[in-house]
Amino acid sequence: MQTHAIDIGALGRKPTAEPVAADPALKVDGLNLFYGGSSQALFDINLDIPKQRVTAFIGPSGCGKSSLLRCFNRMNDLVDGCRVDGKVLLEGDNIYDSRVDVSRLRRRIGMVFQKPNPFPKSIYENVAYGLRIQGLNKKRILDEVVEKSLQAAALWDEVKDRLDDSALGLSGGQQQRLVIARTIAVEPEVVLLDEPASALDPISTLKIEELIYELKSRYTIVIVTHNMQQAARVSDMTAFMYMGKLIEFDNTDTLFTNPSEKQTEDYITGRYG
Amino acid sequence: MDKHSYRQHISEQFNAELDSVKTQMLEMGGAVEQQIAAAVAALVGLDSGEAELVVARDHEINALEVAIDEECSRILARRQPAASDLRLILAISKVLTDLERIGDEAAKIARQAINLSEEGASPSGYVEMRHIGQHVMAMLRNALDAFARMDVEAAIGVAQEDSIVDKEYANAMRSLVTYMMEDPRVIGSVINEMWALRSLERIGDHASNIAEHVVYLVKGLNVRHFEVDEIIAKLEERH
Repeated sequence: MQTHAIDIGALGRKPTAEPVAADPALKVDGLNLFYGGSSQALFDINLDIPKQRVTAFIGPSGCGKSSLLRCFNRMNDLVDGCRVDGKVLLEGDNIYDSRVDVSRLRRRIGMVFQKPNPFPKSIYENVAYGLRIQGLNKKRILDEVVEKSLQAAALWDEVKDRLDDSALGLSGGQQQRLVIARTIAVEPEVVLLDEPASALDPISTLKIEELIYELKSRYTIVIVTHNMQQAARVSDMTAFMYMGKLIEFDNTDTLFTNPSEKQTEDYITGRYG
Repeated sequence: MDKHSYRQHISEQFNAELDSVKTQMLEMGGAVEQQIAAAVAALVGLDSGEAELVVARDHEINALEVAIDEECSRILARRQPAASDLRLILAISKVLTDLERIGDEAAKIARQAINLSEEGASPSGYVEMRHIGQHVMAMLRNALDAFARMDVEAAIGVAQEDSIVDKEYANAMRSLVTYMMEDPRVIGSVINEMWALRSLERIGDHASNIAEHVVYLVKGLNVRHFEVDEIIAKLEERH
């Protein structure tokens, strides 16, 4: 029998991902958000979202996690009387700078919502949509991007024979993956996911979670979720928010086994806050 | 982690489950403590009847370990505990293993008691046996109290006692060797006593492990395989 020398030092070593890039994908600097003059939704948020990692925001309803996510592609601009101060830096540039073209920003920072919202068009046209509005109409390129995006969204095998069927005929889980394919078709840098699986059954939820894991090799993912186990499963970093404040931001492993703040502990263990 | 804070879950049922599994573990600790006391008494008193009972009761200890550990698995699967709740379940599961091993050591002492009562007493008078027996029983009791009260300082106190037990054990070995040199006819019975002392020393190690699990439970800090002064340094680093 041949014996192998075992490198004891290598045993039990974590299969760590690539080290986090030094500069964050998004840098949140002293961000405050006000709705209608007096009511404040976010208080002095400071946070670095690492590149090509999954960052989860958790917290009770109304804690500001969705509001913060929406700040990242200026979705709050659409709300009357909404005011933001502080900065959100994307590659060093403040996205709230008056010179920023918001639709261009939203190509760089895509967003997926809780309820799947495919357009009432064919599966193909849903994915091609982002490129068409950029003026790209070459069929060869569109075909290629549609296939690549659907494959990346783990939907290609299920729909490749019916690309011209209406997207509205897909199941909820398929629609959500279609929306993700549509989002990544324009090659964004950051993908924001607002409760992407909360309207889905457990199997579709697991498919979305698997997809998130696949996507982080190319994109920076930020996910808001009510489901703490989901945050624990999919994310590398977790931010706990409460009453508009960032209470704790740490490695997901640390936050779920040994959080530093009592409020975090109470929330993730289901205690009275 | 606050003392008794595991009682404040929104789910009353979850409070009750955590409370119950912890109580069962502590009760098992009490049963194991009795096993050591009975085994040492049987050995010192050359009471093979009592020793047989200790050996027989070891099955009950084993069954308790399995039952409580299954309860831990059930809570993990159904509740997906996090943070201090997760550490509580993991710590209980680890303490169970140490308690079961202590039970085995108590049974080993009882078997030596049976051998000694059949083959003749050791000439030592069992002074060290009594003394070290008391010492490790106190360590076990203090470790379990520290667990119940989530008292890190008390847990460190237990870990510190372990090195004293190790020294006492080494001294006892030396003095037993002198009996064997003086009279080779007692070698058999002295070796039986040595095995029993070895078991007591192991019980001290397990009590010390339990104390380390308490540090993990309360502070989330894994201090296994560290010396006591390293543990203290690590805890201070935290502050």
